[in-house]
Parts: sequence; C-alpha cells; structure tokens
Amino acid sequence: MQIYLNGEQQQIPDNTSMAALIESLELSGKRIAVEVNEELVPRSSYSDYNLKPQDNVEIVHAIGGG
Amino acid sequence: MTNPSNDSFTLAGKEYHSRLLVGTGKYKDLDETDAAISASGAEIVTFAVRRTNIGQDKDQPNLLDVISPDKYTLLPNTAGCFDAKTAVRTCRLARELLDGHNLVKLEVLGDEKTLFPDVAATLEAAEVLIKDGFDIMVYTNDDPIMAKRLEELGCISVMPLAAPIGSGLGIRNRLNIRTIVENATVPILVDAGVGTASDAAIAMELGCDGVLMNTAIAAARDPVLMASAMRKGIEAGREAYLAGRMAPKRFASASSPMDGLFF
Repeated sequence: MQIYLNGEQQQIPDNTSMAALIESLELSGKRIAVEVNEELVPRSSYSDYNLKPQDNVEIVHAIGGG
Repeated sequence: MTNPSNDSFTLAGKEYHSRLLVGTGKYKDLDETDAAISASGAEIVTFAVRRTNIGQDKDQPNLLDVISPDKYTLLPNTAGCFDAKTAVRTCRLARELLDGHNLVKLEVLGDEKTLFPDVAATLEAAEVLIKDGFDIMVYTNDDPIMAKRLEELGCISVMPLAAPIGSGLGIRNRLNIRTIVENATVPILVDAGVGTASDAAIAMELGCDGVLMNTAIAAARDPVLMASAMRKGIEAGREAYLAGRMAPKRFASASSPMDGLFF
C-alpha cells in the first residue's frame, strides 16, 4: 500500500505497524516523535498502531533553532 | 550590598540563576553549538522541531546528544509556524520528543519578511495549549496590552521582541519594554533582535528577567567569545538594575568637592 512519509510517497506492506515502519527506517530507539494525519501517535502505541493506505506520516526530531 | 549571586528567577516551579537563554540555530556544527552554549552559561536552551531525514546518515549526531536534557532545561519552539494549528501540532510532537516535558516556546509568525508575530493566532494557539497542560513562554510584539492579555490567559512567561528576529537591531522601543515589565507578574524576557552585549545589558537595565537570543551569538565572527560577552552583558545589566542607576541630569555636577580649594 501507499503512504506519505514526510511528504514523500512510500510503498509499504499492508497492515504495517508503526513499530515496523520505524524499525525498517532504522529509527528505533532514536529521539523522534510521530504523527499520522496531523494527530500525535505516542511512542507507547507504536506496536498497536496499524497504518492505512494514504496515511500521512510525519517523523520529526530536534534540530538547531532559535 | 545586594548579593547578586542569590539572584534568580522562576519558571514553571524551577529556579534559574542564568538570565541568558540561547538558541541552537545557525552554528557551523554541533561542536561550535556546544562550545558557545557552555560559554554563555545558559541553563535554558531552545531548539526547533523538523522532519527527520529519512534514509540519510543514520549515525549523524543528534542535537539532543549535545544539548542533553540532563544538563539543560530544553525549550522546544514553534519557529516556522505561521498558523495556530501547526504551532499546536509542533508543541504536541515536542512534548512526545521530550517524554512529556510541558515547557514550550510558542511563536506564531505573521509573515516571512518581518517574522513579526501574528498575535491573534498566538492567542488562539496559547488558549488551546494551556488547556492541554502546556507551560507556555510566548513570543510577542513589544505591545504592553497584548503582553498583559497573554499573561492573563495563563502564559508562564511573556517574551516581547527587541527587534525583528535575526536583525541584530537592538531594543527598538525601550519605553514599551519598560511598561511591559512594570505591568507584569510573570517573568518578562526579551526574545529576538539583540545584536551585541550592550543590547542585552539594556534589556536587563530595563528590568527584564532575562533575554533569549540566537543569531547575535551564532552569527558573530567568534560565536564562543560573543557567548561569553553576552553572559557578562546580561550580568552587568542585571546588577545595574538591582543597584538602581543615578538620575540623569542635564548639567554637570563636580565629582570633587568645591570646599578646601587652595587657590
């Protein structure tokens, strides 16, 4: 199925969990935060959260800024 | 004599001795960021939230490895948000990023040329975020009426600009900053627009509780030295404020006595 990941189209297997997506991106254990369709997905629910086609996933981190 | 080493201010129940708050943008690299922040003596450090680079260098050091939450109070900001909704989303992501930390710097910008705040959108975002349990330090104009409204809404600190973000123009309206300070019951920090150490000192002499800056340090020829200068400027201005300056006079007043002249 297709999702949007940080604004880019991405093909992932059906029923991929958020935990699996993060694992596949080698971001497990990194200081990141995630939202899907503009709603926060807490870290504690990554394993139970199944992505759906056309979901808009944003993965963010801290960067320098003032 | 007032002992300035006991001098502190409180934000969200935590006491701070450094009145210089710094940003982490525009540095050459993370080593320079680290060195400048250490030299500044800052205890509160702000950062931005952006998309993670997918598929890029996995071993790239993360800002939070250098600016450790164990060492500093981290202040996520909503820089780059031009509407209330994106500012609220950014704060929620930041809270998740920092494992439930509620302190944020809210800024909702009006346009790209001036980066002046959109105060209507700022009020709207602040209201939602306060209901959601955030402790908000809010960037706003040097407008005493709006500063008071943001305080009354429940913001824990109000941060009027000295001049446009990144402009280095110094405090454009000292009287307004003074009025904001006099009206306030929450800490007032000047945020944005200082250019050099004397600007920071003036903010403190006006009675501000602190100054938040980024570009004035990061864009100096020697950022680490400027960070040290800013630390001293802040301390000098604060001590001058506590000391209570002399009243300015139009004409001279001799420093040596006129009695006992031998000619």
